[in-house]
This record gives sequence, C-alpha cells and structure tokens, in this order.
Amino acid sequence: MPFWVQAGGAVVGQKAPAVSLPALSGGEDISLESLRGSVVYLDFWASWCGPCRVSFPILEQLAIEFGPQGFDVLAINVDEVEADAQQFLSDIPVSYLVVRDGEGVSPQAYGIMGMPTGYLIDRQGVVREIHQGFRKSDGEQLRAEIVMLLKE
Amino acid sequence: MKYLTGLLLPLMLCGCETVQPWERGILSKDEMQWQPNVMETRLRNQVYASKEASSGGTGAAGGGCGCN
Repeated sequence: MPFWVQAGGAVVGQKAPAVSLPALSGGEDISLESLRGSVVYLDFWASWCGPCRVSFPILEQLAIEFGPQGFDVLAINVDEVEADAQQFLSDIPVSYLVVRDGEGVSPQAYGIMGMPTGYLIDRQGVVREIHQGFRKSDGEQLRAEIVMLLKE
Repeated sequence: MKYLTGLLLPLMLCGCETVQPWERGILSKDEMQWQPNVMETRLRNQVYASKEASSGGTGAAGGGCGCN
C-alpha cells in the first residue's frame, strides 16, 4: 500500500476511531463506545460484496459462541441503497448488531482499502487485527484471535 | 482554442474522482459491466474470430468454418 493513498485511518495498536450509527433495523444509534469492555469485531460490509456473503454465517456462529464471554460483532453496512442491505439480511439473517452508514463517513475514517474489512478490537478499544477480504478458512484464524483477546 | 482548452482541461479534471472501495455497489451491477454475460461474449468472439478469415481471427489463420 503506497503511503500517499491515505492519511489516518485505523492502525493496529491504536484506539479505534469512534463510530456511532443508526441500527439498520431502526431504533437508536449504536456506538462502538457502548461496546467498550467487550472484544469487538467491527465489520464493514455491503450486499454486493461476495466475500461478505461468506463471512456472515461464520461471524454469526462466532457471535453466538463467544457472545456470553464478551464478544460482539458490529457490522457496518455501506450500501448505497438501503433496500439492498435489507434483502441481503433477509437471505442471511444474523443476530448481531448491524448498523448503517450510507454516507461513507466511517469507512473513510477507518481508511478501508477493500471490502470487506474487519477490525478486531480488544476490551480497551484498541485495534488489534485488521482483516481484509474473507475466505471460509479465515474463520479459524479469527476464532483463534478472538479466543486470545478474550483471555486478556 | 488554446485558451479554451487551457480553461476546460482543469475543469474537466476536477470531475475525476477515485471510487472508494465502499462505493462500488452500483458499479458492480450487471448492467455496468463491459461484458454482462461472459458466455455470450465468448460465443460472439468465437464466431467473430472464425469468420474474420482475411485478418486471421485472433491470431491463427481461419477458414471461416467456425471450427478453429
């Protein structure tokens, strides 16, 4: 990645940029801050992104498995058309938090380079791992990282 | 004309923008592709290449039988 492409963005070892966005299902804003104390996987996704389709069932499984130990998934939808996101979620329903950012403010703040990009954030709100793209086999690695962070 | 070009070029360049990774939703639609249907494009190319006998299709010389 050339250095001039972007300034800022989320960096491993530093605090995750603040995010507060409305839930896709409607209702109050959900902020990253409100999840402090939990290990959070912050996932940027869109309905047109193929690997996102692969990641959702895997993330759902991880969220269910590690939820009681303090693990949350916060998925940020960046679709231009909200109905596309709703359609995607009716195909692949998930129980974790899904918020919407149609303006692209948060992906800009995080400086994402591709879709999907996931940020694994520890209990102190520090970015620990950045995952670009998603393959089925990535689930195992992610799982190991979550287990490690939950132990801290 | 020179002045006009000098004026228009910067203006037009202002219209250029990088498409961010999260803005590719509409670009990824079928109707936005160069080749909306891969199979159809292949078939058309096959027919075109084999019928372009004088120029040898896409490299190899062809006889127009559609079998190369």
